[in-house]
Amino acid sequence: MARKLLLEHAQVPGINTYEVYRKHGGYRSVEKALKTMSPDDVVEEVKKSGLRGRGGAGFPTGMKWSFLAKPEGVPRYLVCNADESEPGTFKDRYLMEKIPHLLVEGMITSSYALGANTSYIYIRGEYSWILFILEKAIAEAYANGWLGKNIQGSGYDLDLYVNIGGGAYICGEETALIESLEGKRGNPRIKPPFPAVKGLWQCPTVVNNVETISAVVPIVNDGGEEYAKIGIGKSTGTKLISASGNINKPGVYEIEMNISVEEFIYSDEWCGGIKNGKKLKACVPGGSSVPILPHFLVCKTANGDTRMMTYESLADGGFATGSMLGSGGFIVYDEDQCIVRNTWNFSRFYAHESCGQCSPCREGTGWMEKVLHRLEHGGGKMSDIDLLVDVAKKIEGNTICPLGDAAAWPVSAAIRHFREEFEWHVNEPRAAMERNYGLVTEKTFAPAS
Amino acid sequence: MPKVTIDGQTIEVAEGTTILNAARQIGGELVPPAMCYYSTLKGSGGKCRTCLVRVTKGSEKDPRPMPKLVASCQTPVMDGMEVASKSDPSVVEARASVTEFLLINHPLDCPICDQAGECHLQDLAFEHGKAKTRYEFERRTFEKIDIGPYIKLHMTRCIMCFRCVFTAQQLCPERVHGIIHRGDHAEISTFIEKSIDSEFSGNVIDVCPVGALTDRTFRFKSRVWFLNPMDAHRECPTCSGKAVVWMYGGEIYRVTARKDKYGDVHDFICNTCRFEKKGKGDWTVEGPRDIDRHSVISQNHYEHGEKTVR
Repeated sequence: MARKLLLEHAQVPGINTYEVYRKHGGYRSVEKALKTMSPDDVVEEVKKSGLRGRGGAGFPTGMKWSFLAKPEGVPRYLVCNADESEPGTFKDRYLMEKIPHLLVEGMITSSYALGANTSYIYIRGEYSWILFILEKAIAEAYANGWLGKNIQGSGYDLDLYVNIGGGAYICGEETALIESLEGKRGNPRIKPPFPAVKGLWQCPTVVNNVETISAVVPIVNDGGEEYAKIGIGKSTGTKLISASGNINKPGVYEIEMNISVEEFIYSDEWCGGIKNGKKLKACVPGGSSVPILPHFLVCKTANGDTRMMTYESLADGGFATGSMLGSGGFIVYDEDQCIVRNTWNFSRFYAHESCGQCSPCREGTGWMEKVLHRLEHGGGKMSDIDLLVDVAKKIEGNTICPLGDAAAWPVSAAIRHFREEFEWHVNEPRAAMERNYGLVTEKTFAPAS
Repeated sequence: MPKVTIDGQTIEVAEGTTILNAARQIGGELVPPAMCYYSTLKGSGGKCRTCLVRVTKGSEKDPRPMPKLVASCQTPVMDGMEVASKSDPSVVEARASVTEFLLINHPLDCPICDQAGECHLQDLAFEHGKAKTRYEFERRTFEKIDIGPYIKLHMTRCIMCFRCVFTAQQLCPERVHGIIHRGDHAEISTFIEKSIDSEFSGNVIDVCPVGALTDRTFRFKSRVWFLNPMDAHRECPTCSGKAVVWMYGGEIYRVTARKDKYGDVHDFICNTCRFEKKGKGDWTVEGPRDIDRHSVISQNHYEHGEKTVR
């Protein structure tokens, strides 16, 4: 049985209430940090743990914290990014729904480490019911003296607020999130300055994912070195994976980052194999933005090594033959799934969610969506495939925020690995539509233009 | 003071100057095009991505090159920085692709557009665009909207540079101009088509790089290249009163603010000057205004000023 650090008590009845959570060792990290550690000690501990940002980019959290500017007389803020909107990712939702106090506890410890006296949890608009779960947990924390003035007699003050977003994917980008939190239109800011220097209300700000902040709790409790022992190389600790797609047991799993992808997909402890005994076709290992992997690159890397569920191993081979761990949105496709249709669906999402600030992303995502729609619905041309590659290349790296990259990567990767399927859609449009949408006759077949 | 080298030319500029402004101080071919940056509007820039350049050497202290192309209007220069603008093929390619993106939803009907001849997108397309489009879908269109009695908004032509939004924010005390929706269906809006009641609202016409915001008192009266621009001034209680009057014969067809070489207005003018004072007696004409007529339409028509054929 694998070790669980975050979801250990997730199935305990009533863990969402303060009493039960406290009985299972809750708020120990706050006690330990406030009484025995200085803020810098906590940062040091997180650095030692090798914890990496769980929101997708995988940037070392300790390093991010040490970049925080600390000018005299200027408040600092910690913002928790609970705007989990990446298609295929639902780990934060599970965590907040089941054990909201873990996040609250992590927020208190992390805020103490960063010297923030006001912190925010920015939650996506679609998680409206979790807002109440979190607010209840925060109220309980206030009532028991874990929040507010002079926490547990330590002299440290902290106010924690939950803020609900309006339902835009782009507000998960940290600067857009800050803009939205300030009450403005959620457009990403142009960097530099980075939030660590000028963030919320033009003050130094750290934005971290729900899972990252929750992971601070076991790190402070057991020590960073203990946490770093789990996992391989620079991928330390446990990671929540949202497994979905054609597998027997979809759900949220906490894994130690030392198991192989093959084990994760086929072991009964995790996904339990492909549904209905079908064959694996492809896998998106880290949420819709990361490149898709064809079946022969899922379990083995290009040079024959076993692919592990780690940041490094999944990225092995670069974008040519690798992918990214990303946010851990693990989507598995069986042999019947259509990659063209899937790519169109992803690109439709990005076209809808582009903020419209910068030209390559605003126009490019819409263009890719239209071309893919045509390809998928029987009106494609052979030149469309190269056009898509070219448009994706021109968006990538030329935009203000990473949404442009996130929209371009899945398209170029799908064509890189599944070009024959795209060509089949061009050559045999009727057969392709029949496979994806059922009976299509000569009469009902109407290619899109 | 930091020294920066752009396309092999070195210049010393004030601390905090952006690459674009350093390039403008050098002048000439290496100046990156800018569709959204506006020197007199705070916060503008960074959006259109036409001014992308490659930083081949970060600074004297940290000589690493920057991994991606950067928006030159937003990136401050560092001492010893080396920048490739037009000399780098990847920069030229990136600009060409941004031009393509800007044009996929922009109507290609310059002959019937009021902005033709002074349109920045026309210039950009002339320099970086291709003769044929690869876009085969229906273009995005909108109904024309009258913003008050003086300004016409035609969103179909808009390239979302946000300049007019910044103008409304920074010049007009009551902000009634903003953006609704997002992505490729985003729209400039004056929240539920409320007209802008500000003495300085007319300046959104001058800052618009394309024909999305035009002067209703001038629309389709003439073409800019038929008119003679003259520097003129008048005693105005609201603004500086320094403007350019565009004349044909003895008649004043329209009034605009004075734009610099890059199309940026430094002295914004009020609506009275712009829309209501069109009698010859209203203005003291100083003399012909030298305007950098670089647009495709004025090719070979104007000899003075900078050489026109690029």
